[in-house]
Amino acid sequence: MSTLQLKSARLIDPANQQDVVTDIAIEAGVISAIGDLPNDFKADKIIDAEGLWLMPGLVDLSVYLREPGQENKATIAHEMQVAAQSGITTVCAMPELESPIDSSARINLIREKAQAADNAAQVELIGALTAGLKGKQLSNMGSLKKSGCVAVTQGLAPLNNTNLMRNCMDYAATNELKLFYQPIEHSLLADGCAHQGAIATRLGLPAISSSVETTAMAQMLTLIEETNATVHFCRLSCAKSVELLAIAKGKGLPVSADVAAHQLFLTDMDISDFNTLCNTMPPLRSIRDRDALRQGVAEGVIDVICSDHQPHDIDAKLAPFQQSSPGISALETLLPLTLRLVEEGVLTLAQAIASVTHKPAEIIAKPKGSLGVGQAADLVLFNPEKMHDISWESMQSKGKNSPFFGWGFTGRVEVTVIAGDVVCR
Amino acid sequence: MINDNSQHLTPGALPSSMQLTRDGQLKHFLSIEGLPPLLLEEILDRAEQFLDLPNKAQNKAPVLRGKTVMNLFFENSTRTRTTFELAAQRLTADVVTLDIRNSATSKGESLLDTIRNLSAMNCDMFVVRHQHSGAAHFIARYCPPHISVLNAGDGYHEHPTQAMLDMLTIRQHKKEFPPLKVGIVGDILHSRVARSQIHALTTLCTGEVRVIAPRTLIPAGVEQMGVNVYTNMEQGLDDLDVIIMLRLQKERMQGGLLPSEREYFSLYGLTEERLKLAKPDAIVMHPGPVNRGVEIDSRVADGSQSVILEQVSNGIAVRMAVMAMVMSGQAMEQSL
Repeated sequence: MSTLQLKSARLIDPANQQDVVTDIAIEAGVISAIGDLPNDFKADKIIDAEGLWLMPGLVDLSVYLREPGQENKATIAHEMQVAAQSGITTVCAMPELESPIDSSARINLIREKAQAADNAAQVELIGALTAGLKGKQLSNMGSLKKSGCVAVTQGLAPLNNTNLMRNCMDYAATNELKLFYQPIEHSLLADGCAHQGAIATRLGLPAISSSVETTAMAQMLTLIEETNATVHFCRLSCAKSVELLAIAKGKGLPVSADVAAHQLFLTDMDISDFNTLCNTMPPLRSIRDRDALRQGVAEGVIDVICSDHQPHDIDAKLAPFQQSSPGISALETLLPLTLRLVEEGVLTLAQAIASVTHKPAEIIAKPKGSLGVGQAADLVLFNPEKMHDISWESMQSKGKNSPFFGWGFTGRVEVTVIAGDVVCR
Repeated sequence: MINDNSQHLTPGALPSSMQLTRDGQLKHFLSIEGLPPLLLEEILDRAEQFLDLPNKAQNKAPVLRGKTVMNLFFENSTRTRTTFELAAQRLTADVVTLDIRNSATSKGESLLDTIRNLSAMNCDMFVVRHQHSGAAHFIARYCPPHISVLNAGDGYHEHPTQAMLDMLTIRQHKKEFPPLKVGIVGDILHSRVARSQIHALTTLCTGEVRVIAPRTLIPAGVEQMGVNVYTNMEQGLDDLDVIIMLRLQKERMQGGLLPSEREYFSLYGLTEERLKLAKPDAIVMHPGPVNRGVEIDSRVADGSQSVILEQVSNGIAVRMAVMAMVMSGQAMEQSL
C-alpha cells in the first residue's frame, strides 16, 4: 500500500479542537503522523496543500441510493463517486419502500455495488424498522445488526400503530440498534404537499401543518421517556420541533437530531410559483422556522446537517406540483451550503465542519469524522478561494433535481482521500 | 422518445406573469393573480360588447375564424365546458372537446406527454380543467409557444373565467366596486372559485371582502389575501351588498370536515330570513350547480334578489372576451 504526504495544509479538525498549518503522513490507509513526520517516513506521493484546508471527510446521514429498483433515477456506483467528489467519504443509505434495506441479501447487494465502484465513498446502511417498511411487523433486526446496519428506521413510510412502534423501539434496543425516526403523523399529513400558511392557501395546495411533525415528535418523546430507547430524529423542519428537542435534551433523554441542508436556506416562499424543484418532504416551511432551525444548529440542539439526497429522473419533477415527486438531489450542495452558513455568520467554521463530520460519525458510532493519528485517512483538501456555480451542466449526480442552480459558492473540494487512497482531485 | 425538445425541458418556477406578453397583453388566461386592474376592466368591457351583439345565437363574431380550440377536461364539468364551447363557436372557431378523464391519463400517460401529443395536432388554444393546482400554468409553460392556454379550473387554485363572469354580474348591478361589501359563503378551503373571486375583488378595490364558513373549511392564512374571516353566518351577512354562495361537495362529510348537510344548512344555509340581514338590495350569486336545501333555500335561489341565471349568460360573454383577447395578444407576440 502506498504512502502519502500532505504538505503545509491548514488542518481543521473540530473533534480534536485542531486548527493548525501542518504536514500529515498517511500509511496503509491510516494517518500515521501529524506535524513533525518521522525521519524514516518516505512518501510515494506528496501533495503540496499550501493554502488548502484539510478537513475530515464528510459523513452524510441520509442518502437515497435508489438502487436496486429505481435505476432510472440513480445507480449506487455513480452516486457514490459523486459523493466522493463532493467531499463525502461515508454515505448512510436510507431504506425506502422501493428498496427496503430489510435483509442481509439486500445489504450485501448494496455493499457489493458500492465496493465495486472505483473512487467512491464508503457506504453504511440504515436498516428497515419493519419488514418491507410496510409498518406491519418487526424487521429481522438481529440479522440486520449482524450484517452491519448502523441504525434502523421507518424513513418516510407510515407506521400508524403506536403499539407496534413501541415494540420496535424495545426490539431495536435489544439488538443495540439506534432508531432513526422521521417525525410524520401520517393521519394529519393526508394528501398535503406544502407548508400550511398563506402561500399554500394562495396556491390552492393541500397543506401540511407543523403539527404533522410536532405531534409525532411529542408522542415519540413520550415513548422514549418510557422505554429509554436511543432515538435520532431525522430531517426536522419546524421551529416547534427544535423547542421540543431542546426540552428533551435538557431532561437528559438519549436523543439527537439532524436537518437537511436545504431546510436551512429555502422556505415556502420558494414554492410560490409552483416550483417543483422545491417540493420536499418535510415541506419547506416559513422563514421563522428556517431561522429557528439555523439557531438550533448553532446552539447544538440539532447535532447534524445532512444532504437528504433524493435524486430523481427529471420527469418526476416535470408535472403539476402535487403530482411531482418530493426530494432534492443534494450530495453536491451539502458542503457548499454548510460552509455558506459560516459566511452568513450562523456557525463558526469549526461548528460547520463538526456538523457534517464527527457529529454524524458519533450518531452512527463509527470512528470517523476526525483526523487523529491511527485513524482511517478519510479526508478532504478544500480550496477556500476557488469560486464555483452549481448548474445543470456542472451537476454530476444522475439526479438533476436541484433548486440551487445559479447559486455561486466560495471554495470547492480539490482532493478527496478515502482510506488513504486519493480518489479524486 | 424522439424529441429534441426534451433535452431542454427543465423544471422550475411557473410565475403567473407568463400569462402576459412583453407589452402587457393577455397571452394566456391562467389566474386572476398577477393581472392589473385595467386588464380586468378591459375583460369586463369586452364581455359587455359581446353581450350587446344583437340576436346572439345567430350573429357570430368571426374573431377566431380558422382557429382551433381544444377543450381538455381532465375533470368533469357540464356548464363550464358547454359555455366555453358556445363561446368558441360564436367566435367561429373550430372546437374539439376531449374528455381526458377516461382516456390518456388513466392509461398512465404523463400530463407532459398528453400535452405534447395534443400539441402535435395543430391547434391554437387549450381550455384546460385539471384536478391539480398549477396544472394550467404547467401546460402553458411546456406547450408550444403559439398555443394559448385558458384555465377552466385547476385544483383548489383558480377558476379565473368564473371570477370574471361574477365580476361582470356584480358590475351590472352595482356599478362600482369600492363602496361594496361582498361576502363569500361556504367551502373556501377547497374552492378555486373563491380564490379567483378574492383576487378579482381585491384587485378591483372592493371595499370589504368577507369569507364566511366554519373553521374546518377556512384555509390557514387566508386573511393575507385581503379578506376578513367570519365563522358566524349572521354576523358575516350583516350589511352585505353581494352574497356569493359556494357549492358544498358531499365529500366534505366523509372527510370529517362537517357532520351533515342538515347541520350545515341550519348554520350556514342562506334562507329568506338570513337574507334580510344583508342590505335590502343585496344580490345573491352562486357559481352552480346549486344544492338546494344544503347551502341555499329554493325560495332564495329563485327569489327576486337572485342573479344566478344572469351569471350563466354572462359566462359565455366573458369567455368570448378572454378568447378574443388572448388571440390578439398571441398574434402580437408572434408578429414581433
